[in-house]
Amino acid sequence: MAAVAHDAHGHDDHGHHEESFVSKYIFSQDHKMISKQFLMTAVFMGVVAMLLSILFRIQLAWPGESSDFLSFFLGDQWAPGGVLSEDMYLGLVTIHGTIMVFFLLTGGLSGTFSNLLIPYQIGARDMASGFLNMLSYWFFFISSGLMFVSLFIETGPAMAGWTIYPPLSALPQAISGSGLGMTLWLASMTIFIASSLIGSLNYIVTVLNLRTKGMHMTRLPLTIWTFFVTAILGVLSFPVLLSAALLLMMDRLAGTSFFLSDIIVQGEMLTNHGGSPILYQHLFWFLGHPEVYIVLLPALGLSSEVISTNSRKPIFGYRAMIGSILAIGFLSFIVWAHHMFVTGMNPFLGSVFVFTTLLIAIPSAVKVFNYITTLWKGSIIFTPAMLFAIGLVSTFITGGVTGIILADAALDITTHDTYFVVAHFHVVMGLSAVFGMFAGVYHWFPKMYGKMMNKKLGYIHFWITIVGAYGVFFPMHFVGLAGAPRRYYDYTVLGENDIDSFNQIMDLNVIITVFAIMAALGQLIFLFNFFYSIFRGPKTVQNPWKSTTLEWTTPIEHIHGNWPGELPTVHRWPYDYSKPGSDVDFIPQTVPLAPGEEEH
Amino acid sequence: MVTKLIILLVIVLGIIAAAQLMRLYELSSKMRKTGEHDITNRDNRLNAGLMLTFMIALFLGFIWLMLKYGWTGRGEAASVHGHELDWLLNVNYVIVLAVFFLTNFLLFWFAFKYVKKPGVPAFYFPHDNKLEMVWTVIPAIVLAVIIIFGLRSWNNVTAAAADDAIIVELFSKQFDWTARYSGEDNKLGKFDYKLTEDAKNELALMTTESIQMAIDSMESGVKGISKLELQLNDRTIMLTPEDRAAKTKDLGNKEKLIRLLYQMKMKHNSSLDAQAWDDFIVRDTLYLCKDQPYEFNFRSKDVLHSAFFPHFRAQMNTVPGTTTRFKFTPDLTTADMRISRGVEDFDYVLYCNKICGGSHYKMKMIIVVLEKEAYDKWAALKMNGRKAADGSWDAEPATFGHTFHKVAEEAPVEDTPEDEQESTSEELDALVPEGDKV
Repeated sequence: MAAVAHDAHGHDDHGHHEESFVSKYIFSQDHKMISKQFLMTAVFMGVVAMLLSILFRIQLAWPGESSDFLSFFLGDQWAPGGVLSEDMYLGLVTIHGTIMVFFLLTGGLSGTFSNLLIPYQIGARDMASGFLNMLSYWFFFISSGLMFVSLFIETGPAMAGWTIYPPLSALPQAISGSGLGMTLWLASMTIFIASSLIGSLNYIVTVLNLRTKGMHMTRLPLTIWTFFVTAILGVLSFPVLLSAALLLMMDRLAGTSFFLSDIIVQGEMLTNHGGSPILYQHLFWFLGHPEVYIVLLPALGLSSEVISTNSRKPIFGYRAMIGSILAIGFLSFIVWAHHMFVTGMNPFLGSVFVFTTLLIAIPSAVKVFNYITTLWKGSIIFTPAMLFAIGLVSTFITGGVTGIILADAALDITTHDTYFVVAHFHVVMGLSAVFGMFAGVYHWFPKMYGKMMNKKLGYIHFWITIVGAYGVFFPMHFVGLAGAPRRYYDYTVLGENDIDSFNQIMDLNVIITVFAIMAALGQLIFLFNFFYSIFRGPKTVQNPWKSTTLEWTTPIEHIHGNWPGELPTVHRWPYDYSKPGSDVDFIPQTVPLAPGEEEH
Repeated sequence: MVTKLIILLVIVLGIIAAAQLMRLYELSSKMRKTGEHDITNRDNRLNAGLMLTFMIALFLGFIWLMLKYGWTGRGEAASVHGHELDWLLNVNYVIVLAVFFLTNFLLFWFAFKYVKKPGVPAFYFPHDNKLEMVWTVIPAIVLAVIIIFGLRSWNNVTAAAADDAIIVELFSKQFDWTARYSGEDNKLGKFDYKLTEDAKNELALMTTESIQMAIDSMESGVKGISKLELQLNDRTIMLTPEDRAAKTKDLGNKEKLIRLLYQMKMKHNSSLDAQAWDDFIVRDTLYLCKDQPYEFNFRSKDVLHSAFFPHFRAQMNTVPGTTTRFKFTPDLTTADMRISRGVEDFDYVLYCNKICGGSHYKMKMIIVVLEKEAYDKWAALKMNGRKAADGSWDAEPATFGHTFHKVAEEAPVEDTPEDEQESTSEELDALVPEGDKV
């Protein structure tokens, strides 16, 4: 039986492959192994980025106080006497943002779940190109390594914020991190973009060409729809960031003036003339805004699946959901300049971007209401994954509504670059995507490792995480409204002139840091559960969540080609839960329609 | 070292202990014959209850924050358009709060209410066009309202400044602000970054004299072209390779720049010099007049900065190579605000709100808003202090860079009686923060 499958796949060996350690675990071309590699790298990078955030949160809550914790991690150079240095504070903020956005939530989230689920859920033996898939991971690995290494060099990592606006990022004279640290940042991101492009092209081709018999586009699980649209967004927008990175490199290394004009820095009069730093911002945000949805859409897709399965109900408004995904994907390309309302650009242009930005709220609202309606009259089973999926919907609402205030250019004048923005995007993009990722890990862990994660630890993890997360980011809105600019090393400077705002900011900063430390400790529970279960967890059953999609029809043990024998044939959409007239509360996609049965 | 070892040991032992506990737990669940994928009724009820509890805690926490920090958590606005923006924020805030409470309530309530109950099947409800239409159209209408109000304010705020607006330039560099008032003619003199002379012409104002000064200093100054050439060609001077490379690069740059300076000299229209002469420059404190419209022009010397006036609800980036603008009219004096806040040493502040380097957070400027009378006295002092007895302006570029305090000290005023001037200084002094006093 296995031989048939393998012949179809161009192999001639039986059962167990004669694979060497290297080709199985390292330079693997199998989507399941690559998915695990992405996840492991992402977990590592995520832990690093979280630790960085704790380091700078300590400084924000207790500015100038000596801490052994800081000197333990940063040493005498960056935390002399246990007090974080000004420059390194910016370095920590920058690398925290970069890793979280790109390495955890773009590479990690899409890389893990697109790789795992696209072939499984569309009924394919593997990705369209196993080799490109492997290349995509190894590029990701190299770029992660470069970014990580940049933390340890003498002049420090990049320090210009994760958006690395020039001229600060272009001039090593302006800040020490704009030397070698920035070069490594740009090199790392260039390789990362290559990884992302290769991966995305592969995902698009696989979804379009390798769907199994009967798997029409309108029978795809929403996960696949989100991965598909995400990949398209990536292919269209990442090259623009690549161009920005290359032009910035030229400005730094070859003396060009794309982003520089009329500058005197540290007494040195530069000859650059005619460039515009604003041009960089347009290029950056042309990626940067779709990037928000590159991060968010896969999380929404994963949670759609999890919510439907564990409510034992079809996802409400399947076609409206697809429509929303496409609408969000399209609109995400014409809103970028809402990050730039106060750069001095033409106010009329600002008006246009206000309009398009607020339009995005409509498909987002549709998605939220559809999730809530899916829960309505369901039969909800609280797996850890389900908890995180519900958490995602909550943070998506909470973070989404503050976006309405920020999208209003007139109000953005007063909130731009304050902690209100920090709170907004952390809740809507950071938390939602992280919750989606956790939901995905808990839900598909049995598929990835053939073991079960401990549910009790999962529950504790969820409740600590959501309390910690809201505890961190809810008060942060009020820090921002009090007028606290982001990326400030020490807010005591505000106290000298405006004691009211200062008291509000400092009190809340302490609360925020305490919750942040609590949430970070909560993640240790996850890490323990995750690694323990990989090695010692109880064995899973084939379809632990009683789900309808194709991945649960594959054997527990990973085999090359996914299905022994022929590929499954699909007869129905993926959301036949609790369908009237059926004895069981779920009908897998592979079950043919009964005579007289309507599809949906 | 020992403490580090002990920490490591504790961590390892902790992990081992946790692993043992896990074994125990697994053995007990084996005896009960439940797997990790079997979610018991007890698990479901527990989490459902927690969902509801969490929602209540979340709502209470939010209400507590609002009560403690006064609704939106920001103080009174101090500019004309600021009041309009605060009204707009309130409108948005109400809508946002309604959506936040309603949808989060539905989410957590349903999660609580529709938890699995043995024997009750889920309701098969794949779609409903009417419902979906409702929650597409209602958000669309609400958003249309938000967009209309928002754009109305945006157009007001970004419209051209009134004709009587005083033009003030705010010049940013790592890590401080300098203000240049347009003076008697309300026109800012021209500038070009190549004319920057740290001590004498920091804002690079363009006059016939300053161009000549820049040319002279670039050709024959301490680090001028002739000095560099001399050093690079003199075989008796030993230069390290790095030093030589740096000097060669510097020379190359200066040769480029000097050509541009000569071009500038040729093109320069000396009749515009007077626009620069009457400009006056202040550091540390920006004085504004209540109910007087201002148009601020922003410049940056090095990297991006952002002029952020939280109390005036105003913000604009400063961009090297470009001039950006923002206008506002302060309508509460510093003294008014001190009374209304009940804080004696309150001051308006201009912050930098775009990451610009290590000391970014220290980059600020105090703003003092005065009643018209006091402001006029101050402005007259600043302008008259620079005018010679025959009414001509002091054309020496060296005078650029006066601060208010210096002028007050020197008091070279002829047409202001001595006593009047002192009283002005006292009035102003009362408004200047302690640390800034001369």
